[in-house]
Amino acid sequence: MDMEFSPEDLAFQKEVREFIAENYPAELRDKQDEGEEMSKEDFLSWHKILYKKGWIAPAWPVEYGGTGWTPTQRFIWSEETARADCIRLMPFGLAMVGPVIYTFGTPEQKAHFLPRILSGEDWWCQGYSEPGSGSDLASLRTAAVKDGDDYIVNGQKTWTTLAQHADWGFFLVRTDKEAKQQEGISFLLIDMKSPGITVRPIITLGGEHEVNEVWLEDVRVPQSQRVYEENKGWTCAKFLLAHERTGIAGVAASKRGIEKVKAIARTELDGDQPLIANAFFKRKLAELEIDLTALEFTELRSLAGPNAGKGPGPESSLLKIKGSEIQQRLTELTLEAVGHYGAPYFRGFGEGDNEHPIGPDYAHRAAPTYFNMRKTTIYGGSNEIQRNIIAKMVLGL
Amino acid sequence: MDFTYTETQDMIRDTLSRFLADTYDFETRQKFIATDTGRDPAIWTALAQELGMLGAAFAEGHGGLGGGALENAIVMEELGKVLGIEPYLPTVVIAGGALKAVGGAQAEAMIPEIIAGNAIVAFAYAEPQGRYDLANLKTTAKKDGAGYVLSGHKSVVYAAPWASHLLVTARTGGGQRDKDGVSLFLIDAKLPGIVRRDYPTVDGSRASEIYFENVAIPGDALLGAEGGGLPLIEQIVDEATVAVCAEATGVMQKLHEGTLEYTQQRKQFGVPIAKFQVLQHRMVDMFMEVEQARSMTIMGTLKLDLPANERMAAVSACKAKVARGANFVGQNAIQTHGGIGITQELAIGHYFKRATMIEGQFGSADHHLGRYERIVLAD
Ligand SMILES: Cc1cc2nc3c(=O)[nH]c(=O)nc-3n(C[C@H](O)[C@H](O)[C@H](O)COP(=O)(O)OP(=O)(O)OC[C@H]3O[C@@H](n4cnc5c(N)ncnc54)[C@H](O)[C@@H]3O)c2cc1C
Ligand SMILES: Cc1cc2nc3c(=O)[nH]c(=O)nc-3n(C[C@H](O)[C@H](O)[C@H](O)COP(=O)(O)OP(=O)(O)OC[C@H]3O[C@@H](n4cnc5c(N)ncnc54)[C@H](O)[C@@H]3O)c2cc1C
Repeated sequence: MDMEFSPEDLAFQKEVREFIAENYPAELRDKQDEGEEMSKEDFLSWHKILYKKGWIAPAWPVEYGGTGWTPTQRFIWSEETARADCIRLMPFGLAMVGPVIYTFGTPEQKAHFLPRILSGEDWWCQGYSEPGSGSDLASLRTAAVKDGDDYIVNGQKTWTTLAQHADWGFFLVRTDKEAKQQEGISFLLIDMKSPGITVRPIITLGGEHEVNEVWLEDVRVPQSQRVYEENKGWTCAKFLLAHERTGIAGVAASKRGIEKVKAIARTELDGDQPLIANAFFKRKLAELEIDLTALEFTELRSLAGPNAGKGPGPESSLLKIKGSEIQQRLTELTLEAVGHYGAPYFRGFGEGDNEHPIGPDYAHRAAPTYFNMRKTTIYGGSNEIQRNIIAKMVLGL
Repeated sequence: MDFTYTETQDMIRDTLSRFLADTYDFETRQKFIATDTGRDPAIWTALAQELGMLGAAFAEGHGGLGGGALENAIVMEELGKVLGIEPYLPTVVIAGGALKAVGGAQAEAMIPEIIAGNAIVAFAYAEPQGRYDLANLKTTAKKDGAGYVLSGHKSVVYAAPWASHLLVTARTGGGQRDKDGVSLFLIDAKLPGIVRRDYPTVDGSRASEIYFENVAIPGDALLGAEGGGLPLIEQIVDEATVAVCAEATGVMQKLHEGTLEYTQQRKQFGVPIAKFQVLQHRMVDMFMEVEQARSMTIMGTLKLDLPANERMAAVSACKAKVARGANFVGQNAIQTHGGIGITQELAIGHYFKRATMIEGQFGSADHHLGRYERIVLAD
């Protein structure tokens, strides 16, 4: 066993660090520093730079456009991008539907969709949840009925993240009402501009428009856009969820988050000393950092251990639970650190929102972010459901 | 020993809760907090003139009902249940408390105005550098003839955009963190040289940054002794602290009730999710936090008249426990609601926001644990 980087790894680290320093767009950095909300173009600008460099999909097999990096190199990559505060890449294409398509898709689907995901030409969204089917995803009712070469799809999806920007969505639909719940589901790729699709915003607690309701009324979808066999979509769904969960651990981003909280606590005063000298606050920071180290080494073991390369299994639930809890504690500490200045409501720099933020720059998003991040223990399969999965699949209960 | 409320106290609660049930349902509240001024002034007038509620905590001689801290707690708890943004805390609890403590001409003049609903007071005490330290003040009031000249910046002054008066802490002597040299002033909010930057707060209220630019204030604006105001300020902030704990109790009760109700309706896997034992135990734990918050609030309220050290220990114990409880109940209410819990549409998220702000108001759990340790565990 060995946890040191090899000379090759260190060289790779240097290369990555320099690449980011030279190529990360300055305008994007400015917007981030100001706490501005990011537009679709902002997300895509960094995406396109990485695409040109050939570094857009480190997790994909080389034959489909992956980088061929070792697990250690992928680890270094996520560390460096987080360290430099790079804007996150949208996971729906790269981390979710991409792997489903190259694992289960037809040659035509691979040839058409994968290059467009890599180039950023298509923005994807995930149509799984429905008003009556959240944790109990397999109870979903959106129905696809065959009509010649097409399906006619009717139903309602909800919580669809950033569907307002999406070109394509991957949807779970019911293709057999008689079969047992999990067995009558199919996995469809749907053009979001198809007639019959309506997207309506849901505004969340921090004031963000991040999630949507999606209505499908007699939407015509060619059968050639079904991935894998009819009624066997659950296989794709589960495969994808496990991928989604590992991404959620967010170790590198949380490390960076801890640095930011420390910086705030060094600036904020508590009596005649900086807040970071407050014994209670310092203890909480120490505990958080230690918990993050535990998560990091658990993730490293799962990335580089004997099961490496076999794809994430039920142990990804552990990473999701612990990672999301740590993210929430980070936002909680930030809110605590900013004291009174957590209360002013900052509306953002969007249209009609030219109100200047109140208090120090690091304070004005503290409360909305704390409220918003309550989602992390709910989405991607709630932490209760993740614990049920570990109980059943890992502990055999 | 007797933990029952008097008939008058029961009457106050019943009258108020009936009034709020009629005027303050969630949709109505959302509508008026979204207006330019962020409030419906008719409610304050009705609280004063139709219900006599603003007099509940004042002596009969002033035109009040003869109550005190317990009456304040009752009103605050009911306001908590409806997410009331009415400025009862700064006006009645804080300014009223200071006036009662000081007495004399100022009290004679102002208390009837408060009871009548004519005066709204905002409490300008916090400063950007001060965190929860009441003595850490850069704002100064310099003697100038018979009056003073006030200069400084007060941050996040809740209710300031609505206020007719400001209750301001300022330094009349000493260095930035000295306990001596702190004074308290009650001034007209419209004096020349007062500059406000108003904004909404995340919990649906309004607040301001206030800049005093050489504001000339009269000598009789001083409440209590010049330079010796800190004990009075600590007293009224303690009263305010248990009052927000009472509000928290109302908020937490609603968070808990809302969660019980939702989990009995919401079905997943063919059963109401309330049937899952892990959620049941969580709701039991939430219930225990609500009950203990109620107990601690009563304890804190009843100890407000004790000597300073005992009072401070009790108030800090109360705030530390309630802040942790509000955190637990708030977070678990959202978690147990699933996705719908984090939308603006449902009331539950707004209760969570208020619970979150109460956690830090007048000092976080850590701040109060520290104060408790210094008083109780000092060797
Ligand atoms: C910000 C956000 C973004 C999202 N993005 C997407 C997206 O892009 N695409 C998509 O398809 N979905 C998305 N979701 C939906 C998300 O996956 C669901 O919210 C989640 O699966 C929970 O479902 P629910 O909200 O219906 O809660 P419910 O299933 O109603 O659960 C309510 C509570 O009950 C608990 N519970 C339920 N069943 C059990 C059980 N058996 N045992 C113990 N506890 C249980 C839950 O853990 C939760 O605490 C998003 C959600 C959010 C909040
Ligand atoms: C020091 C001591 C003194 C005692 N004195 C007496 C005495 O004087 N007289 C007497 O009659 N008995 C006495 N008891 C026995 C005591 O009442 C039992 O130990 C107790 O009721 C638990 O039963 P059990 O030990 O069989 O555990 P079990 O019932 O086997 O429980 C094991 C675990 O499962 C949990 N569990 C069980 N059912 C559920 C459920 N439905 N939901 C969730 N969790 C569940 C339990 O909480 C426990 O954690 C004593 C026990 C101890 C340890």
